Formats: sequence, structure tokens, C-alpha cells
Amino acid sequence: MSAELNDLIVGILMLGGALMSLAAAIGLTRFPDLMSRMHAASKPQVLGLLLFLLAIAVQFESWSLLPVLVVCWLFMILTAPVSAHMVGRAGYRTKHLRPELLTIDELDDVVGRAQELLLQSRADGTGDADEDEDPQVDDDPGAHSQAGSLDDDSSAQTAQGARRPGHSPEG
Amino acid sequence: MTRRAQMRNRPRVPLLKEIPLLIWLVFLWGALWQDFSAGNLIFGAVLAFIVANIFYLPPVELSGRFNPLYAAGFLVRFFYKLVHASFEVLWLSVSKGPNIKNAVVGVKLRSRSDLLVTATGHALSLIPGSLVVEVDRSTSTLYLHCLNVSTPEAADKVRKDVRDTESWLIRSIGTREDLDVLKAEQALAGPPSGRQADGAATTSKEVNP
Repeated sequence: MSAELNDLIVGILMLGGALMSLAAAIGLTRFPDLMSRMHAASKPQVLGLLLFLLAIAVQFESWSLLPVLVVCWLFMILTAPVSAHMVGRAGYRTKHLRPELLTIDELDDVVGRAQELLLQSRADGTGDADEDEDPQVDDDPGAHSQAGSLDDDSSAQTAQGARRPGHSPEG
Repeated sequence: MTRRAQMRNRPRVPLLKEIPLLIWLVFLWGALWQDFSAGNLIFGAVLAFIVANIFYLPPVELSGRFNPLYAAGFLVRFFYKLVHASFEVLWLSVSKGPNIKNAVVGVKLRSRSDLLVTATGHALSLIPGSLVVEVDRSTSTLYLHCLNVSTPEAADKVRKDVRDTESWLIRSIGTREDLDVLKAEQALAGPPSGRQADGAATTSKEVNP
């Protein structure tokens, strides 16, 4: 491979990686809430890092370097979704989300129904609901999309406002 | 002493099931040293064997089948979606920004295998625009937070996409039972997701007071 072509490919790859960093930065500043920012902050980097590692591989043209780069990217794709999931999950459970930005929230239906069941069983005096009821048992959450979309945003908001914060879906 | 007693009580993992883990550890060893000579690899294999037996983790239950053709297809599809969605998020952050509308969509997966649910969730999380918020292990349902979903049609598209991702994974690494379920489902005429939603709508009404 000629040196010029090599440099050209490296340049294009690095520009692509930098563009992905730019996407993350723009997303962080422009998106309104935690969840949307998580998308912007964690995801474009998967491609961004890949492009940069490819640039390194093309630049150095060394076979012994390649496994390290592969391992580097593998650990990135193994860990990035875990951290994103943990932050997203914690954010959802502590109500660090803005319901008005969600058009459909099927998890909220499930959590609400589980709480109703829990309250009902407490009122009945059975008391062993924690063991018997799996709060998230749900036949098919897909079924709720119709119901969720028929209700307009305002009713969804009042339902969420009435619910007390700090619940834990798994009890 | 107690530690040795604990180790004796543990069920032995058959060597055949340990081999993928050992190969991975040896590869990691070689990659980190940047040296794939025979001596280094043998030393790495010895270390891998010791590490895998002392630092004992719950075994990852592999299905025992692997279809490289579908795995390659999955990878191609994954990279295409990765690039496509990365630029989509870039475009959304520039064009919509603060006015973006999102949705939390629940998708019921076919498989009950932990490995497959994890793999599906990982693949979805890596593709920009979807994020696994909650996993219901008992029904293997993923709750995804999706960027720029404002209509039920868009949510259905997300749902179909998730189940497509899962079916690719089932075809490449899934168990035989899951594969049979998948094949039976595809043999039936008509879109399966729509029919299932109709069937479940009646049951959920009964549950909901």
C-alpha cells in the first residue's frame, strides 16, 4: 500500500471517529433529559472507537497489534451497555425522567399494576404478596401500546403524578 | 481448609464446556503480551487453567450449537445498524434536540435462556437509539428506552426490530428448542407480533381492574 493512500484512509477513519465524538457532545448539550443523553453519550462512541482503532491498525500495519485492538473494542462493547443500563435503570427507578417527553411508557403500566396488586393484597390482609406476586409478570407488554397511545399525554402525566416516587418494581 | 472443602463440593465443569473460556483467556494473554509464540501460549494456557479453577464463576450455559453463517449475517446486520443509527442519533441531536419524544417499549422475547436475553439486550444497547431500562427475567421481557418514538406504529417497528435481532441470535447461537419455536412461528402465516398483541390484549384487560 502506498504511503499516500494509507494516510488518506487513516485520515478518513479518524475524521469519522471525531464526528462520532462530536455527535456525543452535541447530544449531551441538546437532549433534554437523562435517558436521551445516555443515548448520545454512550452509543456513538461504539462506532467512534471502532473507527479510531481501525485508523491505528491501518497506520501501524502490524499484525501483533491487531489482537490488542480487537480486545480493546470487545471490552468496550461488553461494558458500555452495562453501564448505560445501570444508569438508565437507576434513573428510571428514582424518577429522574421527564414523563412529558415519553410518548409511550409500558414499564409504567406494569409497575402501576404491580403496585395495585400489592396494595390490594395488603388490604385483603394476605400479606404474603411479596413472595407470591411477581410484580412484573406480564403476558405481553405489547398489548398495552394501544391503550397507552389512545390516552393522550395529559392523562398519562396525571397517572404518573399520582404515583408515589421511589418505588421498586421488583419489590 | 474451608476453601478447599468448598471447592470439592462444587460440581466439576466438564472440560469441554470450559474450553471456550480457556481459549478466550489464552487469546487475551497473547494479545496483551503481543506475543503469540508457542511458549507464551502454553504458559498462558497453564495460567488460564489455574485462574478458571480458582476464580470460579457461574458457568455460562452455552447452547451447544453454533451456526457461523447466521453469526456472520448477524454481524453484518449489526454493523450496518450501528453505522446507520450512529448517524441517525447525530442527525436527531442536531435537528430535534430538546424537542425529542421518546418511549419506553416492552418487548417480550421468545427465548428464556439468560445468555440469549443478555446477548439480545447487549446488541440492542450497542445500537444507538435504544437502551435497556429494565429486564424482567421471569418472562424474558426487555423494556427499552427508544429515541424518537412518538407513534404506536414506530413502537411496533421497534418491537419487530428487537424480535428480528433475537431471531438472528437464535439462529446463530440459540438452543435447539428456541430454534424450533422460531421455525414454527415463521411457518405460520401472517405477522406473528400483531396476532400475539391481539391475544394478549384480552388477557391484560382481565388482569387490569
